[in-house]
Amino acid sequence: MRYLPHTPEEIAGMLARVGVDDLERLFDVIPPECRRTRPMVLPEARSEWELDRHMEALAGRVTPFRGARIFLGAGSYPHFIPEAVRFVTQRSEFVTAYTPYQPEMSQGTLQAIFEYQTLAARLLGLEVANASMYDGASALAEALLMAVRLTGRRAVALSRAVHPFYRRVVDTYLEPAGIARRELAFGPAGTTDPAGLGDADNLAAVAIQSPNVFGCLEPLDAFAERAHAAGALAVATFTEPLAFGLFAGPGKLGADIACGEGQSLGIPPSFGGPGLGMFAARLAHVRQMPGRLVGETRDLEGRRGFVLTLSTREQHIRREKATSNICTNNSLCALTAAAYLACLGKSGLRELARLNRDKAEYLKRGLAGRGVRLPFSAPTFNEFTALFPPAFRETHRRLAERGIVAGFPLERWYPELEDHYLLCATEVHERADLDALIAEVHA
Amino acid sequence: MNPLQAATGLVFEEPLLWERGRNGRTGFSMPRRDVEETPLPQELSVEPPDLPELSEVDLVRHYVRLSQWNVAVDTAMYPLGSCTMKYNPKTNERQAALPGFALAHPLLPESLCQGALELIAALECLLAEITGLDAVTLQPGAGAQGELAGMLIFHAYHRRRGRVRSKILVPDTAHGTNPASAALCGYTAVPVASGGRGILEPQAVAALMDEQTAGIMLTNPNTLGLFEEHVAEIARIVHEKGGLVYGDGANMNAVLGRVDMGRIGVDVLHLNLHKTFSTPHGGGGPGAGPLCVKRELEPFLPVPRVVHREGRFAWSEDFPLSIGKLQAFWGNFGVLVRAYSYILSMGAANLEQASRLAVLNANYLRVGLREHYAPAHDRPCMHECVFSDARQRPLGVTTLDIAKRLMDYGFHPPTVYFPLVVPGALMIEPTETESKEMLDLFLAAMAAIAREAREDPERLRTAPTRCLRRRLDEVAAARKPTLTGRPPSAP
Repeated sequence: MRYLPHTPEEIAGMLARVGVDDLERLFDVIPPECRRTRPMVLPEARSEWELDRHMEALAGRVTPFRGARIFLGAGSYPHFIPEAVRFVTQRSEFVTAYTPYQPEMSQGTLQAIFEYQTLAARLLGLEVANASMYDGASALAEALLMAVRLTGRRAVALSRAVHPFYRRVVDTYLEPAGIARRELAFGPAGTTDPAGLGDADNLAAVAIQSPNVFGCLEPLDAFAERAHAAGALAVATFTEPLAFGLFAGPGKLGADIACGEGQSLGIPPSFGGPGLGMFAARLAHVRQMPGRLVGETRDLEGRRGFVLTLSTREQHIRREKATSNICTNNSLCALTAAAYLACLGKSGLRELARLNRDKAEYLKRGLAGRGVRLPFSAPTFNEFTALFPPAFRETHRRLAERGIVAGFPLERWYPELEDHYLLCATEVHERADLDALIAEVHA
Repeated sequence: MNPLQAATGLVFEEPLLWERGRNGRTGFSMPRRDVEETPLPQELSVEPPDLPELSEVDLVRHYVRLSQWNVAVDTAMYPLGSCTMKYNPKTNERQAALPGFALAHPLLPESLCQGALELIAALECLLAEITGLDAVTLQPGAGAQGELAGMLIFHAYHRRRGRVRSKILVPDTAHGTNPASAALCGYTAVPVASGGRGILEPQAVAALMDEQTAGIMLTNPNTLGLFEEHVAEIARIVHEKGGLVYGDGANMNAVLGRVDMGRIGVDVLHLNLHKTFSTPHGGGGPGAGPLCVKRELEPFLPVPRVVHREGRFAWSEDFPLSIGKLQAFWGNFGVLVRAYSYILSMGAANLEQASRLAVLNANYLRVGLREHYAPAHDRPCMHECVFSDARQRPLGVTTLDIAKRLMDYGFHPPTVYFPLVVPGALMIEPTETESKEMLDLFLAAMAAIAREAREDPERLRTAPTRCLRRRLDEVAAARKPTLTGRPPSAP
């Protein structure tokens, strides 16, 4: 086996040095009642060639974004990934290292993550960002736990227009700790009404997603104002950070914590993961933040360098009193996001974000021209909700048979939104793709 | 043999991204604008975030230079204990990058993602077979999230039986993630001292186990690299009081094909695919932490789950007792593809051989090092061995100094100061993919360092000298944290 370097002679020599005569004797310490009663039954080892063919066959039974006929967003977005970004982030020195516990041998990862923290904080409009969480949903759950620690209050409110999968993850994390969750309704504009918040004096946090699950921009600033007046934290979550190339980042609108999914920033969708849990907050709250942080320092000779820092918040030091149980995070995805943002640059980010909005607006107008209703009036970024006539259900199914996915049926998540579909268009959808979709709709 | 692995080549300094950038450059090939601009409402128009601007050349050079400042498994031996830094096969990267996997949207209609669903179902079966447990979820994003899922299952199980419990037993050798994960479920972690032989004694567990205690979290082999010989007896004690046994599978690499986790009484076990199953660590992730359970706990697994009915694979949410969801989508699928690819490449015989050679390598180092360093427990180990600086401390040399000096010889240091029960611990896990001559070089380097500790301790205290940077001031970094950079133009 090509991953196992030992020759039979070497094994014999090493066994002699260790003082046993057979490899099996190394396991003498395992009592008989702990051993397997039968050997493992696994498929026979495949050669590299056989493996390629098997994997290609499996992957061949999945319809990828190529061809751009998949109009799905809803938490995972198709974007063009520059080859230079893919190339540098696949460097084996980044890929096959581990957490930079030994900074003198890990300056590459450390500087790259320091750069990520900086660019993420700027994008989200806050003072400090951590080195990453698993994904957007777990980042939101951790943000709410952080708000509970900061305020000492044991209830949170979340908009129903927060991605339902994120709300499920929040429930999973908060339920056993006995932290109450209250839901805020969305209104006819497709956004959450700040007046619906009511009395917030017992709340640790108010969580709003913007753009929300319907694609609509939320009045984050109004929520932040109300939350702050009641002594609660304003938590903003997101699934499409590219929107902050065009619209104000959550921190600029008063959010105390911004947390969400960074997959759009150069990371392939990979059937939902790995993505990038982004997490940013105010500097005043940094000691209650979950996750790793890289900080700048000096070496013995006074030269700039980077180290993991404030680790007294973390589980390997504080154990059960840690701010989170997270250890391995999504570091390589964070590095990728930084490389992607640097590749775009300030004006490139702006231009790409504009293009995303314009493609979605083009699709919106085209569908409206075919009689499709746009039920929500709030501004959107690169996805939006459309209300089709009931007969579209059949069209949607028929298109799927041809590998065209004409949006996500929101009814699956919101029973009251019958015949509502969430459609996404980004820079990967060419005008001809959009026209072809529009032509399929017979309203 | 000259143990000096490190040579000095030309290494480049590299500024921060925003120090390198010049406004007006770009590294991005903007897709064609083939639709007209839609005016943006005035009130929504803001200045975009201040990102550096680099050409593609700048960008590539920046990251390639940074990469050269890292030591990684692909450049050197990386014997970081408990992290299983084995070789990461290149074919796994190819498979994960196939368009059908990398470019698949998670909400594709089932008819358009049968291959991905099949891979998930198949990997679940392989991991069940490997561990001896009955049902598997692949959703947790890393080991600690697997632990959290396990604790949530403990919590849900006890509540289902009408009695929420408040405590959990955690050995003093456990990873910090264990008590932190338990705390998220409101459990108070009750530490259990390991006995004089470095393993848990059944009496110690019996003395603490009661009907307020949800169960125990066990790492086996434990973080001292020792097999918990009394595990079956301990499981009986815990089960008798109505508790459950959690297995932290971080060290599974030692016992592939040898131990039946179900048979020894483990009810719930997480695996780290980025350790045992060869997926790369990525400088700190992403990993994956699948959770394997006994049949009676299957109803509690996270949703959705892949089911096979009428000849096709489908998602099912129909598990009313489920603990819920841990990730927005289905877990780190890209990592799952790599682990699946690894298991298919290895087959049962090679996986078993990998464990044998991992244990052989660790024992070879243990025997080779004990002449120079104090072993925590001087008896055969499993996949890793633990030493301390007890013999060097009187010379004014600590574990940290030894670790830093090892860098000058071209090795990544072992895990240091863990497990906490061994003062000044050096925890060494070579893994099966290191060859005998690499181990010999490591031993020679460690012997040379032990000699230097006696003859020239200052040399150790000022190490490293051959890295890009000398020793970095971690105290200053924490005292006045600088966590983000400023653009050069800022005040």
